[in-house]
Amino acid sequence: MSDSTSNPAPAERNPSNLRAEVDGLIAQGAFDLAARRLAELWRRDPAPGTANFVTSRLDDLREKLGGKLALTKFRLAILRSFTVEPIVPLLRAEAFAYGIDLEVHVGDFNTYVQDMLDGQSSLYRFAPNAVVLAVRAGEAAPELWRDFADLAPQAARQAAERVVNGYEQWIGAFRKHSQAALIVHSLERPSSPSLGVLDSQSETGQSGLIRQINRELLRIAEGFHGVYGLDYDALVARHGSEHWHDERKWLTARLPIAAGYLLSMAREWMRFVVPLSAPLSGRTAKVLVVDLDNTLWGGVIGEDGMAGIKVGPEYPGAAYQALQRALLDLSRKGILLAVCSKNNLDDAMEALEKHPGMLVRAKHFAALRINWTDKSQNLREIAQELNVGIDALAFLDDNPFEREQVRAALPEVAVIDLPRNPLEYAAAVRNCAAFERLTLSSEDQQRTEMYVAQKQRAGAEQNFQSKEDFFRFLEQEAELEPVSDLTLARVAQLTQKTNQFNLTTRRYTEPQIAEMAKQPEWHIFSIKVRDRFGDHGLVGVAIAHDQGEQCEVDTFLLSCRVIGRTVETALLAHLAESARQRGRKRLVGWFLPTKKNAPARDFYEQHGFERQKTDGADSLWALDLESSTLRCPDWIKLKVTTETKPGGMN
Amino acid sequence: MTASTLEQVRNVASDILGIPADKITAESSPETIENWDSMQHLNLVLAIEEKFGIQLEPEDIEQMKNIGAIAALIERLQSAAP
Repeated sequence: MSDSTSNPAPAERNPSNLRAEVDGLIAQGAFDLAARRLAELWRRDPAPGTANFVTSRLDDLREKLGGKLALTKFRLAILRSFTVEPIVPLLRAEAFAYGIDLEVHVGDFNTYVQDMLDGQSSLYRFAPNAVVLAVRAGEAAPELWRDFADLAPQAARQAAERVVNGYEQWIGAFRKHSQAALIVHSLERPSSPSLGVLDSQSETGQSGLIRQINRELLRIAEGFHGVYGLDYDALVARHGSEHWHDERKWLTARLPIAAGYLLSMAREWMRFVVPLSAPLSGRTAKVLVVDLDNTLWGGVIGEDGMAGIKVGPEYPGAAYQALQRALLDLSRKGILLAVCSKNNLDDAMEALEKHPGMLVRAKHFAALRINWTDKSQNLREIAQELNVGIDALAFLDDNPFEREQVRAALPEVAVIDLPRNPLEYAAAVRNCAAFERLTLSSEDQQRTEMYVAQKQRAGAEQNFQSKEDFFRFLEQEAELEPVSDLTLARVAQLTQKTNQFNLTTRRYTEPQIAEMAKQPEWHIFSIKVRDRFGDHGLVGVAIAHDQGEQCEVDTFLLSCRVIGRTVETALLAHLAESARQRGRKRLVGWFLPTKKNAPARDFYEQHGFERQKTDGADSLWALDLESSTLRCPDWIKLKVTTETKPGGMN
Repeated sequence: MTASTLEQVRNVASDILGIPADKITAESSPETIENWDSMQHLNLVLAIEEKFGIQLEPEDIEQMKNIGAIAALIERLQSAAP
């Protein structure tokens, strides 16, 4: 039964008991459990006091466990024009709940210009992974903010241009000194413009000019890799300017945000930190597994039947449609959907296929587990079927009992706490930082279709006598090309997300790949693959580095959905052939084993490489390019675009 | 002043100042607690506003000389609320 009322909730632990329990567990040395209880405490009571407790115990755990603390380290610098110190513990506690050990550097008040321009500043010495530029309209554009009524129209437009030019200059300087991600706050519009309703009659009023500055800031951000806009104006509007602001705190402590909204600011920053930290953790929520009864629709299909369950355009079914729209939006961002429900298969499938109120259908789900088996077992199977790690799963279920069981059995799964009221379900999914993406490739947008085609392919494979027959039947076409502005985001994404067929597991950000591509001795290739069942998109990346007589393979990876179809041989053969054409004598490469890359272990050996040396578990392999017979398999139709160094990449 | 308001203030102060609650009394103040500086005072104000759902005026904050005074202030504001 997945009806939440039919199962008792797990024993409620209240926040003060949880604190005592955490301290007890730390004293006993049960650090893993202490960390889990600490995360639970934060989920139950995300308040300023709790944040201080959480961060102080997190510091204890780090001290006791040293490098064994199973969290991803991330360094965030905040450049600001206002007091952010009280937000920092909230931010660190929130990050901890996402498995991130966040170290925060806060710049001095209003020194962000010097900090960004001076390559020796404390900002760059901190070596951040990401930087937030949190400047308010009042400080960034004081003339427009405070003295607008005194400005002639021409002077006001010039003031706006000066603001934009300033940002453009600082951001350009920042990119010269650092490859960290940069998150730029937009400027908020005044809630009471100086000319009242007259202001909204013109594009060049106070609000209009600030809107114009914000548009220009986005244009600037789009001109750089790894520079992103945070829509502070929209954030304030979402919560309501009157609620968000606290004039008393602004005047007495330079803190413009009311106590109740500091957490909202922290959570907005987390929507950037989570996707930005994914390359370091190798963890991204790739699949959202959803329950059916009382989650995807109201009621229990097995008891209430097709006519009884609630999903449709009217209340209360509308709440479930809103959730379904949020799920479809995730699927358009490349997040796969799957079902895990305790139900009779026929009942559930009838609702999924035929209920007129349903917006998501069976075809939107890459995997279905509708049975009476334990949910954690089903989640394991879903991960296996979709060829992703358990830590790539997120789980959505209205039933706190099921959530707690999954948390206990599979702590790697991102379990989403649904509020009690179904009207709030959609917002809970939309606001979950685990599903945020900062770039979107065309592969992301078509992922669900690709998985459906993959299922058909797997069915076809069983009908062939030999592998070669199957490869010929597939009619694979591959397209090899050097990295370009168009493929940069996907290439970086693959280095960040590929775990299984990845020889060195080196993670790169977009700015790093762009920088590498500019160096004449570095060569970055991508491979796209199509076959008779559909388009896989860009699925492989190879990065090679010329060093005198030899060429070293820095990175060689292939998305799991094409492993074992000899695409890897085509890519390697091209790497060898292009190195030979540049006059290199040997192609060498390391295999660096990880917990997950066993599928790539024998790759060099199978392709005629010889082991040169070993260093611990790592091994270095070499191929003599003059005697090698490595060729692209004849069943792959290969199209090669010759290398041209990409121009105009920032 | 009821014990429960004082108790809650001591718990909040314990979290913010990183000191066990049983070491905090009604008389504890920035003079007796070493790391109770102006930034911690702001953090304490924010934590109290959030916890009790009140907004403190600059004049109120000036009266927050010690833990007992904070608890008394909260009770006064809560009883004055409509």
